[in-house]
Amino acid sequence: MNKILIIGEHDGKVLNPATAKCITCAKSIADAEITVLLLGADTASVASQAAAVSGVKTVLRVDRAENAHPLAAIFAPQVVAVAADFTHVLGPTTSFGKDLMPRVAALLGVAQVSDLMAVETPYRFRRPIYAGNAIITVEASATRKLVATVRVASFEASPAGGSATIESKSLNVVLPTHTRYVGAKSGSTERPDLQTASKVISGGRALGSADNFKLLYSLADKLGAAVGASRAAVDAGYAPNEMQVGQTGKIISPEVYIAIGISGAIQHLTGIKDARTIVAINKDSEAPIFEVADLGLVGDLFQIVPELERLLKA
Amino acid sequence: MQKIMVCIKRVVDYNVRVRVKPDGSGVMLDGVKMSINPFDEIALEEALRVKERGTQIEVIAVSIGILDTQQQLRTALAMGADRAILVQTDKAVEPLTAAQTFLALVKKEAPDLVFLGKQAIDDDANQTGQMLAALWDRPQATYASKVDLNLNVASVTREVDAGLETIEVDLPAVITVDLRLNEPRYVKLPDIMKAKKKTLDVTTFDALGVSAEALLTTLKTEAPAQRLKGVMVKDVAELVDALKKKGLIS
Ligand SMILES: Cc1cc2nc3c(=O)[nH]c(=O)nc-3n(C[C@H](O)[C@H](O)[C@H](O)COP(=O)(O)OP(=O)(O)OC[C@H]3O[C@@H](n4cnc5c(N)ncnc54)[C@H](O)[C@@H]3O)c2cc1C
Ligand SMILES: Nc1ncnc2c1ncn2[C@@H]1O[C@H](COP(=O)(O)O)[C@@H](O)[C@H]1O
Repeated sequence: MNKILIIGEHDGKVLNPATAKCITCAKSIADAEITVLLLGADTASVASQAAAVSGVKTVLRVDRAENAHPLAAIFAPQVVAVAADFTHVLGPTTSFGKDLMPRVAALLGVAQVSDLMAVETPYRFRRPIYAGNAIITVEASATRKLVATVRVASFEASPAGGSATIESKSLNVVLPTHTRYVGAKSGSTERPDLQTASKVISGGRALGSADNFKLLYSLADKLGAAVGASRAAVDAGYAPNEMQVGQTGKIISPEVYIAIGISGAIQHLTGIKDARTIVAINKDSEAPIFEVADLGLVGDLFQIVPELERLLKA
Repeated sequence: MQKIMVCIKRVVDYNVRVRVKPDGSGVMLDGVKMSINPFDEIALEEALRVKERGTQIEVIAVSIGILDTQQQLRTALAMGADRAILVQTDKAVEPLTAAQTFLALVKKEAPDLVFLGKQAIDDDANQTGQMLAALWDRPQATYASKVDLNLNVASVTREVDAGLETIEVDLPAVITVDLRLNEPRYVKLPDIMKAKKKTLDVTTFDALGVSAEALLTTLKTEAPAQRLKGVMVKDVAELVDALKKKGLIS
């Protein structure tokens, strides 16, 4: 049997949708028995959310004041202690999982498979390299624990309908004090979350200012879409960093992605390859974004976007 | 603060469109332009800025790779690193091996800080810094977009999915850098001349006692699935119609 431990991501209140995607990935491993580990200060509510995801057998809760914020140096030794009973340890390819999982792998003395996009056998996987310009098939030894991060854009969320057992666990692990949480700042919005939204509208350098991004917000609100941005737009201060889409931003897989005034650099395209439909609006008919767009419209965004909004209203 | 180590990887330049070999054995690297991994340039720039603010700080650029990696280390020296170390190997190096190698160098050099890129743009692994911090049993601050140093503590702002997070870590520590931390300087010709006189030591896994065992086997390399070419619409009305037909808007 493959005993799979998934490190659940949450903010103390809500289980991050990335976790249900990891569960789908784990379900595609033959003969899997799935456990979700939750580390937190009080994981009661997220534990019941995790237990309700189909495919999960057990939810393990490790509640402890030091776990209030997800610091890799604090979490990793606890994950390692729990991992003893498992063959596979999976986490999401999110900033949480990317930070934590390699620390776990190194403590276990094993390699990590990053960004797993498909499971071929319990120890053979496909993953992207070179910003998605190549896909490799890698195999790890079946005699060691397998640590991997799961590319969330490659898997649908496992649906509701589970009824896992919830267990609390106390671990006898000494935690370091060399790493301390200070605070966080997020441009929290009412708009849908970029990584899970079914519609995303993104703006590039062409927007020209933070003020002009309001054009996109307004259109997005009309469509119930999330808003993203290219790196150039983020670097120029038109949009906050958490909106960046691409190799070093978020990898997303919405039903529809509308790129507005974005040229389509490879590093940007990496982030949107899994979108079902890509729409591009750009005044340059030669822009590389049109090579991947399902629907393209050449023209000035400052005319097109307001007109689009008008037609949607009608 | 006396010493900062910066890990510099030689990778295919980010402007190159990488192609897969027809026989699936890897990607085409012959004659392709090689550069310092863009994140590592930012890591080095940050180290140099710390050095320029302080006194008597030595910045050491280290790399693991083929002998030609000396070119990238020379560039690092020209940017302002004081000396460089190349751990020479012809093998592909997994992040765990890289971390073990850097740990061996850390044990020798005892730096107060190690800066790495958050990810190498060839393997896109995003692991080495975290693994080094684990093996060294020291703090990690990944995806840094701001670093403030204060005696023996670094306050680091990190780019996370939800926005920005600030943590505090005791030194020595490992910091991996994100793109917005700084804008790396350009190398000037006189600096390239000066860099020729700086020390660049070449060593090996054996000399450092690193086993360099490969734990993962790459079975094949394929080109990604291509998206089919789409259609161009002539105006906004046609775009809205097309979106409606696909059921994407109502
Ligand atoms: C290591 C590395 C990682 C990177 N990671 C990312 C990443 O994660 N995400 C990312 O996006 N980028 C990333 N980049 C940057 C990437 O290479 C590009 O520089 C960036 O994506 C360009 O952003 P842009 O398309 O908005 O800007 P530009 O390339 O400047 O494109 C602007 C486009 O707008 C069009 N335009 C101008 N005016 C109008 C108008 N009025 N109406 C309509 N169209 C107009 C232009 O024709 C042009 O095509 C990375 C780069 C590196 C080196
Ligand atoms: N062979 C190497 N030589 C030098 N630095 C490396 C090497 N491999 C990884 N690194 C460092 O580790 C970072 C992350 O790499 P990776 O974990 O491979 O994505 C890079 O940005 C470099 O700073």
